[in-house]
Amino acid sequence: MATAAAHQPARTQQHGAHDGTAGATGTEDAHQRAFDAAVAADERIEPRDWMPDAYRATLVRQIAQHAHSEIIGMQPEANWITRAPSLRRKAILMAKVQDEAGHGLYLYSAAETLGTGRDELLDKLHTGRQKYSSIFNYPTLTWADVGAIGWLVDGAAITNQVPLCRCSYGPYARAMIRICKEESFHQRQGYELLLALSRGTPEQHAMAQDAVDRWWWPSLMMFGPPDDESAHSAQSMDWKIKRHSNDELRQRFVDICVPQAESLGLTLPDPDLRWNEERGHHDFGPIDWTEFKEVLKGNGPCNEQRITQRRRAHDEGAWVREAAAAYAAKHSTAAGHGETGVEQA
Amino acid sequence: MTATTTATAAALALGDDALVLSHRLGEWAGHAPVLEEEVALANIALDLLGQARVLLSMAGDEDELAYLREERAFRNLQLVEQPNGDFAHTIARQLYFSTHQHLLYARLATGDGPFAGLAAKAVKEVAYHRDHAEQWTLRLGDGTDLSHQRMQRACDALWRFTGEMFQPVEGLDIDTEDMNAAWLESVGDVLRRATLTVPDGPQSGAWTAGAGRQGLHTEPFGRMLAEMQHLHRSHPGASW
Repeated sequence: MATAAAHQPARTQQHGAHDGTAGATGTEDAHQRAFDAAVAADERIEPRDWMPDAYRATLVRQIAQHAHSEIIGMQPEANWITRAPSLRRKAILMAKVQDEAGHGLYLYSAAETLGTGRDELLDKLHTGRQKYSSIFNYPTLTWADVGAIGWLVDGAAITNQVPLCRCSYGPYARAMIRICKEESFHQRQGYELLLALSRGTPEQHAMAQDAVDRWWWPSLMMFGPPDDESAHSAQSMDWKIKRHSNDELRQRFVDICVPQAESLGLTLPDPDLRWNEERGHHDFGPIDWTEFKEVLKGNGPCNEQRITQRRRAHDEGAWVREAAAAYAAKHSTAAGHGETGVEQA
Repeated sequence: MTATTTATAAALALGDDALVLSHRLGEWAGHAPVLEEEVALANIALDLLGQARVLLSMAGDEDELAYLREERAFRNLQLVEQPNGDFAHTIARQLYFSTHQHLLYARLATGDGPFAGLAAKAVKEVAYHRDHAEQWTLRLGDGTDLSHQRMQRACDALWRFTGEMFQPVEGLDIDTEDMNAAWLESVGDVLRRATLTVPDGPQSGAWTAGAGRQGLHTEPFGRMLAEMQHLHRSHPGASW
């Protein structure tokens, strides 16, 4: 996709380097200049383009963490599939959890364009060397939590992800465009679920309020630490992986949620929340960063449960994956077919 | 009057099959052996739930029927209520049921009965379900020694529930003997290609023959319903 003149030297000279026709250092500098120019011109970096090692590493880390969040994020919602209170809601929830698996697949594919593999990334997730979003370490205790996750958690994810549709790395940006469309749909469904509860019986209304009370602060934590404590922010913004700071996006999210909460007929659990005429934004209370750090360290309410279930699914599925591989090997040799072995007489 | 009643009985039988199997497949969410199977199993579950909603709505209010009937009033086959077991059990159950459903809907789609419209749409979904089950039966049966053993065990364990699929259902004008023969041929062909042995036991025992259709179920079913209905029953009259 990136074809402007500024971007071309990187490719040309990369090939030159393989021929041994350019000195390593000089080539590296030219690559770096071409990369910087492409980023400055808002072009997309594509898998075969030269990129700084640190840029590649940052993207692998971020995309993998994003993919892991999609698949761990299936758990808190899948927890309610078998108990969904109407067939319509059950269908919506199943479709949503299925979409999340699909998002995980897109994102692992995007990460693989950077030279890593899904198996390797899953292994890092299972051994705790890569993380997933802190939010999925909170439990879904009632049906209303499914709505609160749709409205608040997906809402926060969308606020975070819409700018990623313009991220400098092409495969990631394109994955985000597809994902954001589906996420917006989920978010509206979550809002609608909460609205039905809020307008339902007193018990249903209370259930909705309780869920919002429990999910509000963890949702605000999804934007990451405050700007002055965010380790990767400045570099990611220079590389145009990130387009806005954590605090900026968090503020945007709060401003969006306040009127939505009002029309839902629910309150947000923050006594300091109020409109600030001067700033043109809502002020809000302090976030409990100690809790955030504890959850990230593995001490949240469901960290152990989530990773154990993921590992168990993977381990218990090993014989199935081995069977598929053995079958493919047998049938590709026998019939001279490709690796899939799907072909049958 | 009689026509409505028999159509209702058939809608309940077919609707309960789809509802209960969809629920079982929904239990896999987050537990599948590979991400692609998370997508596939949820996809099949959703198709079945869609069929269930149409069928139950032909018989009454879908939510009342799903959430407020007790175990003895459900008309599903015992096959579809069987617990997921390992992946091989789930696949064997899918192979047996989707082959049956495909034959059934293909026949209903050509008629002009009350189910022709639904069957014409559903037969396309079910063809995909059957293909999925067949492909996995081949992979597990003709994969490793371990997967072969597990697939054979699953096929054997579920065999005694297959006869019930060919008991006549009130309100369905289907030649069930002919369908059983077609089913045996189709399933037998897949099992043989998967290097598996077609189970040689009876397709149904004295207890299982036609039992689910009469509201006689297996023990795990009551627990499944308890989970499925709990929230709905806890809030009588609420809408969701």
